[in-house]
Amino acid sequence: MPLITYRDALNQALREEMERDPSVFLMGEEVGVYQGAYKVSRGLLEAFGERRVVDTPIAELGFTGIGVGAAMVGLRPVIEFMTWNFALLAIDEVINSAAKLLYMSGGQIPIPIVFRGPGGAALQLGAQHSQAFESFYAHVPGLKVVAPATPHDAKGLLKTSIRDDNPVVFLEGEMLYNTKGEVPEGEYTIPLGQADVKREGDDVTIICHSKTVAPALKAADQLAEQLQLSAEVVDLRTIRPLDVATVLASVRKTNRCVIVEEGWPFCGVGAQVVHEIQHAAFDDLDAPIERVTGADVPMPYNKHLERATKPGPEHVIAAVKRVAYLD
Amino acid sequence: MAQPATATRLDPARQEFYHRLLRQMLLVRRFEEKAGEAYATGKVGGFCHLYIGQEAVAVGTIAALRDDDYLFTSYREHAHALVRGMSARACMAELFGKATGCSKGKGGSMHLFDAARRFLGGHAIVGSHLPLAGGTGFAIKYRGTDQVTACYFGEAAANIGAFHETLNMAALWTLPVIFICENNRYGMGTALERASAVYHIADRACAHEMDSETVDGMDVLAVYDAMVRAVERGRESKLPTLLEARTYRYMGHSMADPIHGHYRTKEELEEQKKKDPIAGLRHRLRDDGLLEDAEFEAMDTQVHEEVEDALAFAEESPDPEPSELYTDVYKE
Repeated sequence: MPLITYRDALNQALREEMERDPSVFLMGEEVGVYQGAYKVSRGLLEAFGERRVVDTPIAELGFTGIGVGAAMVGLRPVIEFMTWNFALLAIDEVINSAAKLLYMSGGQIPIPIVFRGPGGAALQLGAQHSQAFESFYAHVPGLKVVAPATPHDAKGLLKTSIRDDNPVVFLEGEMLYNTKGEVPEGEYTIPLGQADVKREGDDVTIICHSKTVAPALKAADQLAEQLQLSAEVVDLRTIRPLDVATVLASVRKTNRCVIVEEGWPFCGVGAQVVHEIQHAAFDDLDAPIERVTGADVPMPYNKHLERATKPGPEHVIAAVKRVAYLD
Repeated sequence: MAQPATATRLDPARQEFYHRLLRQMLLVRRFEEKAGEAYATGKVGGFCHLYIGQEAVAVGTIAALRDDDYLFTSYREHAHALVRGMSARACMAELFGKATGCSKGKGGSMHLFDAARRFLGGHAIVGSHLPLAGGTGFAIKYRGTDQVTACYFGEAAANIGAFHETLNMAALWTLPVIFICENNRYGMGTALERASAVYHIADRACAHEMDSETVDGMDVLAVYDAMVRAVERGRESKLPTLLEARTYRYMGHSMADPIHGHYRTKEELEEQKKKDPIAGLRHRLRDDGLLEDAEFEAMDTQVHEEVEDALAFAEESPDPEPSELYTDVYKE
């Protein structure tokens, strides 16, 4: 199987879906002539022309609404945000328009649109450029929220998101674009709402998504080596709809759980997952669930302080020790 | 502003057309009066923004559109829906929150939709529907058809970022959208001159190299003529237009607000009512021998009956089934 980057996997998904369906188009800042701020759209302008690869002014609210309007009459826009931080300017159109139009119209007006771009912290970009927004959007009925961790998942999930008849918030990891992974040649899709067990284990469940899958897997390796603990790593892949069944099946097997996410702790994704587990699998738990999250602060610039905010393997290991009563 | 059309005599060959416009304005007026009453008696909930006084704008502009053109409005939109052809029954039932309403009772007064008539809402965040309208303009260009989009908003929306972002992109990409500013002079209780450095909203078009026109929004025939020019610009030349209609609302911002008081005087309101769009057209038709008083009375009676029928229909219609709560959240 070819080894390609997360960036190229997304590019393949866009290219294939645009070839497959003439109603799919890509719109955003620097997606065309510049080839994408993160080069996800490299080569697409040459392949599909200005009609379908549309460079916009820096006007997130405006072009996001234009995308939603185009979706209202049956086109399938893919709206790229240069980063999800800038999408805050457009959140009115995402929440008040895209997420609600089907319901407010009594089912008359579906909104088949994908909002995508990099989210989460990169390196020393400061407070306004280092935010994980999964829980913001996952809060809203009417939206689907996807956050893939690997090139394989990124491609399969983006293709499915583009074909979905609902607004999909597709959060890519800014630090994942250069990571490589095996991606099959040819057509495949991955259903939304299906978690993936990235590593099987018996002693503890580590639930994660997007950028935190890598530190979770690293922690699992070290736990096996150093403590002979067998960790199961569950990658949610889709935050909404949430694959509760896969989470519960794992927790019922291991009886212990740690949830890892890059975002802030308060009302985070993990808080919802904790609820689902305690509600359905209370008697299966041998210890209180632990959460590992980004620090509850705006992101500092200093690299040592920044590192201290981010969930790493060491934090995951410490949390696993707590749920295993080993610390 | 264009010269008032009162200088010329009406064309007898277009009598039927004039009567249609008059009847539509009358339907809106009577519908809104009854909607106001239904609000006062608790049959209509939430916010209810009435269009009384502004009828010439919706009627004059929509008369220049084709069935396959798109429409977007703000939350003061009962008129646009009715004039576009939505039945008074479906409209009133939606205000009543009934299952037979155009949005199955899930939208309400501010969220009327009729996709089959390309009436795309009913949007209640000031200015947020301007980009959506731009998006349908984009889709028209993408598909290479000769439709246009009509997008209605109040003058207060011209101060919001979405207005400027959309006008810029509509002009930059030559999208066939007619941005119709219904300048009724007050954003809720704030007069235009207290909210905007620019008094003439149409002047803002020049910031985006866009064509514009200002029209007397109390004169339905002047509005129609201006809209014909704007539609042609959109259909033939794929160019957007900013059309400012100077109009006036007789009621408060919504039914929850006073009709006059701190922000405007009763005298101002009474003065404006002298330019009433319905009386204006009626008298011109009568003066030119194109409408007998008895004809007008018959028309009014007919419209009354239509609205009464809609009220009875809304009253008798069932509420949505409880199971409807969780439908239409996602498209399956």
